[in-house]
Amino acid sequence: MSVASGVSGWFRFLGSELRLVFGRRRNQIGLLVLAGIPVMLAVTLRLSGHQGEHGPDFFSSITSNGIFVALAALSVELTLFLPLAIAILAGDAIASEANLGTLRYLLTVPVPRSRLLAVKYVALVIGGLAGVAVVAVAGVVAGGVAFGLGPVTTLSGIQIGMGVASVRLLLAMLYVTAGLAALAAIGLFISTLTEQPIVAMVATTAVSTLMWILDAVPQLAFLHPWLLVHHWPAFGDLFRQPVFTDGIVAGLWLALGYAVVFYVAAWATFIRRDITS
Amino acid sequence: MATPEAPAIRTTGLTKTFGGRRVVDGIDLDVPTGSVYGFLGPNGSGKTTTIRMLLGLARPTAGEITMLGSAVPAQVTRVLPRVGALVEGPAFHPQLSGRANLARLDAADATSDPRTAPERIATALERVGLQHARDKRFRVYSLGMKQRLGIAAGLLVPRDLLVLDEPTNGLDPQGTREVRHLIDSLAADGITVLVSSHLLSEIEQVCTHLGVMREGRLVAQGPIDQLRSQGRTLLRLRTGEPAEAITVLRRMGADETSHQGDTVLAGGMDQAPEAVVAALVAAGVGVREFTVRAPSLEDVFIGLTGEGFDVSG
Repeated sequence: MSVASGVSGWFRFLGSELRLVFGRRRNQIGLLVLAGIPVMLAVTLRLSGHQGEHGPDFFSSITSNGIFVALAALSVELTLFLPLAIAILAGDAIASEANLGTLRYLLTVPVPRSRLLAVKYVALVIGGLAGVAVVAVAGVVAGGVAFGLGPVTTLSGIQIGMGVASVRLLLAMLYVTAGLAALAAIGLFISTLTEQPIVAMVATTAVSTLMWILDAVPQLAFLHPWLLVHHWPAFGDLFRQPVFTDGIVAGLWLALGYAVVFYVAAWATFIRRDITS
Repeated sequence: MATPEAPAIRTTGLTKTFGGRRVVDGIDLDVPTGSVYGFLGPNGSGKTTTIRMLLGLARPTAGEITMLGSAVPAQVTRVLPRVGALVEGPAFHPQLSGRANLARLDAADATSDPRTAPERIATALERVGLQHARDKRFRVYSLGMKQRLGIAAGLLVPRDLLVLDEPTNGLDPQGTREVRHLIDSLAADGITVLVSSHLLSEIEQVCTHLGVMREGRLVAQGPIDQLRSQGRTLLRLRTGEPAEAITVLRRMGADETSHQGDTVLAGGMDQAPEAVVAALVAAGVGVREFTVRAPSLEDVFIGLTGEGFDVSG
């Protein structure tokens, strides 16, 4: 096999995997649910007619500019809905294929195990990016309709143009996806350990929820910098002027660390495992 | 194909233990190239675990496997493109159609050509008689259709070896016959076929070779005629003097005799029937009727596996 055909074969399998993921009715409904949160936020705040005085940073700014609906929705959905989406896809990735028995047929095609794992992981990350994008786009559209779009007053009080704000929103989406990609590696690892997709889903959701809980306990402050989710809200720093990068850089390094450790763990388990389903 | 003398599959001392239990216990499989090898044994005798090891799904605890000239599992991804497999029943995505399921498997195959995929998928579906159901979801397929889709998955690209694990499981007699026809036609194309079953009768007609498993061990293996000849010839005669007849037969080497009324049965003799009749008559036993039942493979199989004592006839 030439290198070129190896690479095109890789992409062909990835395309098939993405069709499988995005073609599933359940996943399509999941994307709709993700899109529903920013719409609900925009409608509620529009109808109630006054600014939220409590809640995350962006809530107080929402009524001034529609783009903040996207940011508020991202920060709300990061606590449960987006990790849950990753958990569901992770459960599908290996555990569900093992459960159905389709894993043994993929492996006898043959798909080398390391390639199977890599394609599954890339598809998971793309799934995460799609979820984030759906939340952001639905947020901008719903927010734009409800409150209009225009120059954005940053959290620091300085105005930036809509073009600059759009680029920053894109960067925020990528940053959030990086965090979810690290969670996806944890989910992929769990998925290689079980033949029950539901177990992988619950366990992966439990990991992210547990980290949020630990992050909320002040007595555990020493632990917080090492919690993956602790850095997730740092995407808001992109909407300060000038951009405050310390939190984002720390978050990216930690996400990379988690992703590498758990991807390697998933690989080490999967490469030698007996497929008995 | 490699040299015709090289076996398609050869294992030496192949062993798999699960939690201290030897599920497969030092077996030496020898599947000649071009053969249809019936891999027989009761459920739980280690057939499927052996097949999993052949396909690289499970790692042998000990022993070696050579398949189509390559070592398994070390070179398994090199040899598997030439091997089609149906392992422990068909398994597909229930929400996808038969055709979409095959397309997914084909897309996963880095060695297959995407441009010819629709054509190859159509041909494979046609070969197993599923073209009419190609767009139905796998969920609504009958068991027989599922089995056939599993076989079609093994036929997406030209193969040198097909490994079919219990392809007739759960099929009605008509479906079983169709699978046998399919195996026949594949073998006619020169493909080596390893087909497992717990029922001899379902695959006996298509096999050229047999291997019989019992409790993790390969208790017999060889060309089907050779195995058949290991069976015991059974003598049946009717006479007015059964007691005397048994005495004569015992003297001549029968180790198993019985009689009911005027009918005497004897097994374990290797003399020619003519000699037996002559000896009986010489001893003053009047023979009214005398038949020799040729050894049947079923008897051999039952003897080897210890299965099914309550066989009538």
